[in-house]
Amino acid sequence: MASLTLQNIGKKFGRVRALSRINLQVDHGRFCVLLGPSGCGKSTLLQIIAGLTLQDEGSVLMDGKSVDHLSPRDRDVAMVFQNYALYPHMTVAENLGFGLRMRGTPKDLIKERIIETAGLLDLEPLLARKPRELSGGQRQRTAMGRALVRRPKLFLLDEPLSNLDARLRVSVRLELKRLHQKIKGTVLYVTHDQVEAMTLGDQVAVMREGRLHQLDKPDAVYDRPADTFVAAFIGSPPMNLFQGRLIRKDGRPFFASDDLLLEVPANLAGLAGKRVEAGIRPEDLRLDPVHGATFPARVEMVSNVGAEKYLHVKTGSTELTLRAAKDLSFLPGEKVNLSVAPHKLHVFVDGQRVNPLE
Amino acid sequence: MKAKIGFGFGVALAGFFSLVPFLLFVSSAFKTQTQITAVPPQWRPEFSLDFFISAIGRYGILDYLKNSLIVAGSTTLITIGLAALAGYALARLPRKWAGMVLMAVLACAMFPQIALAGPVWRLLRLFGWLNTYQGLILPYVALTLPLALWILTLFFREMPEELEAAALVDGCTRLGAWFRVVLPLSAPGLFTASILCFIYAWNEFFLALLIMTDPAKQTMPVGIALFQGEHTVPWGEIAAASFITTAPLVLLVLLFQKRIVGGLSAGAVKG
Repeated sequence: MASLTLQNIGKKFGRVRALSRINLQVDHGRFCVLLGPSGCGKSTLLQIIAGLTLQDEGSVLMDGKSVDHLSPRDRDVAMVFQNYALYPHMTVAENLGFGLRMRGTPKDLIKERIIETAGLLDLEPLLARKPRELSGGQRQRTAMGRALVRRPKLFLLDEPLSNLDARLRVSVRLELKRLHQKIKGTVLYVTHDQVEAMTLGDQVAVMREGRLHQLDKPDAVYDRPADTFVAAFIGSPPMNLFQGRLIRKDGRPFFASDDLLLEVPANLAGLAGKRVEAGIRPEDLRLDPVHGATFPARVEMVSNVGAEKYLHVKTGSTELTLRAAKDLSFLPGEKVNLSVAPHKLHVFVDGQRVNPLE
Repeated sequence: MKAKIGFGFGVALAGFFSLVPFLLFVSSAFKTQTQITAVPPQWRPEFSLDFFISAIGRYGILDYLKNSLIVAGSTTLITIGLAALAGYALARLPRKWAGMVLMAVLACAMFPQIALAGPVWRLLRLFGWLNTYQGLILPYVALTLPLALWILTLFFREMPEELEAAALVDGCTRLGAWFRVVLPLSAPGLFTASILCFIYAWNEFFLALLIMTDPAKQTMPVGIALFQGEHTVPWGEIAAASFITTAPLVLLVLLFQKRIVGGLSAGAVKG
C-alpha cells in the first residue's frame, strides 16, 4: 500500500490537450474516485499512473518517490479494466495467478494466495473455468481477484462496474465498498457514474476536458460545488441554475433575474451589480414557506420515481425542478408557492463559486 | 431461381476444371502399366500399388520427400517467426506508418520471379549456398514473408490492447506480453499463415530447379519433373509421386478449412 501524488500532469494527443496540470494526492489506504463525463481524460490519467502511457509533463509519485522512469511491471500497481481484459486462454485460477507467476512467486504461495482471494470473492467453484464460461458478474469478480491477489501498492479501477446490469451494479458496488474496508488498499477509481463516486469515494475528483475541477469529500462536492460545471454535473435531478445579477435592495443583497428575486447571504453584498449565476438544489426548493419571501410557480409536469416525486414547475419563463414527498399529489396547472433559504443558494461569478465559502 | 441455377453451373464448371486433372492423376497412380496406356483410356483404376512401389524403390522419392519436408518446414518456421514479431510491431504502430510499410512489403511481393532468379542465383553462388537447404530456404522466406506479414498484422490488430495492458501491469515485459498473451490467442492466424507458407514452399518449382542441381538435394516437384529419362516418360510413377506430394496438403486443408478461411477474413469483419 502506498500514497499517490500527481504533480502537474499534462498530456497531449497530437494537437488535442487530453490533460492539463492535474494535481492530486491520495493518501495511504484511501479510496479516490475520478468522476467525469466520457472523454474527460480520466482513463488517460489512469494509464499514465499505471505507466502504460507516458505523460508529457509532470510527475507521478508513489510514497513520495517518482515512478516516472519505471515500466508498468515495476510500479507494482494492479488494474481492473472496463471490459475486464481477462486472458481468454487461461482458467480463472491461471488468470488470478498470472501476475504472481510473472513476478516469480513460489508455486505453493501462488496457490495459497489464489485460494485465499477466491474465498474473498466467492470464486472457488469457478477456478477451473475459462472466462467465456462465466457470467458478467463472475468475470467482474475474477478481474477484481486478479488485482487483489497480488496485494499491490495501488489499485487502479477503470469503470469496473459499467458492463454490469443495473441491479448487479448496486450489489457489486456495496461488495466493493465492503472489500475496501476489509483490505484497506489505496484505490483510484474511474467512473462517469456520480452515484458510484458519491457512495464509494473517500474523496472525489471531478474532471472535465482534461482539467480537475474539484477535489473534495463527496458531501463537500455536493454541498459546495466549486464551479457551475460541478454544480450541474453532480446531483440527480440536477441543480437548477439561473443567469442573473446581484442587486442591493433595502440594504440587503438579492439575486435578480427576469423571473426571480431571491435573497442571498449578507456576506455577498460586496458583489452587488455583478452578473452571477445562482443555483438551487431541487431539495432546497421548499413548498412549505419556511423562510419569509415566497414566489409563485405553476406545476407543469410531475415525475413519480416511487420514493419521491419531482415537480417540474415554471415561474414566468424560468423552469425549475424540485423534490416533493411521495404522498403529496399535484395536478398540472396547479399553483404552488416556493421559497428557498438564502444560505442554500449557490452563487457563482464567472462560473466560480463565491458562496458560501466556508 | 435463375440465380441459383447460374450459381450451380458456375460451381460445377469451376469444380470440373480444377478437379478433373487432379482426379486423372489420382486414378493413374493406382493403375497398372497396361491400364495406363490402354486405348480408349480407362477411368476406373485397378487399385494397384505397383507405381507407388516403383516410385519409391526405383526413383527414390522418399529422399525428395525428406528434402521437401526440410525446406518447407524450415521456411514456414522462419517465416512465421519473423512475421509474428514484425506483424505485432506493425499492428501496434500508428496506422498511417504501418500502412506504408505494409504497402512497401506488398510491392516487393509483386516482382515476377523470373526477374529475381538471376540475382538470387548469383548471390547464392557468392555465399556458396547453391545446392544447400539454406540456399533454397532463404529465398522462400523472402517470398512468403509478405503474405504472412499481412495476415498476422491484420490478426494482431483485432486483439484488444487492454489484454496487453493487463499483461504489462501484471508484470510482463512487452515481449513477454506478446509471447504469453498475444501469441496463444493468435493461434488461428498463425495456423492460416503457416499453412499458406508451407503450401508455397512445398509446391515451388522454378527456384528449386534453379538452385538445386544436385539430385540428392532436390525437392519433390523438381524430382518428379526429372523422372523422365531420354526415351521414357514414366507416367505411372509421376502420378504416384504427385499423389504422395499432394495428399497430405489436401488432407490438411480439408481438415482445417474453417480455420483457414476464418484466419484469412480476420481483418475484414470486426467480430
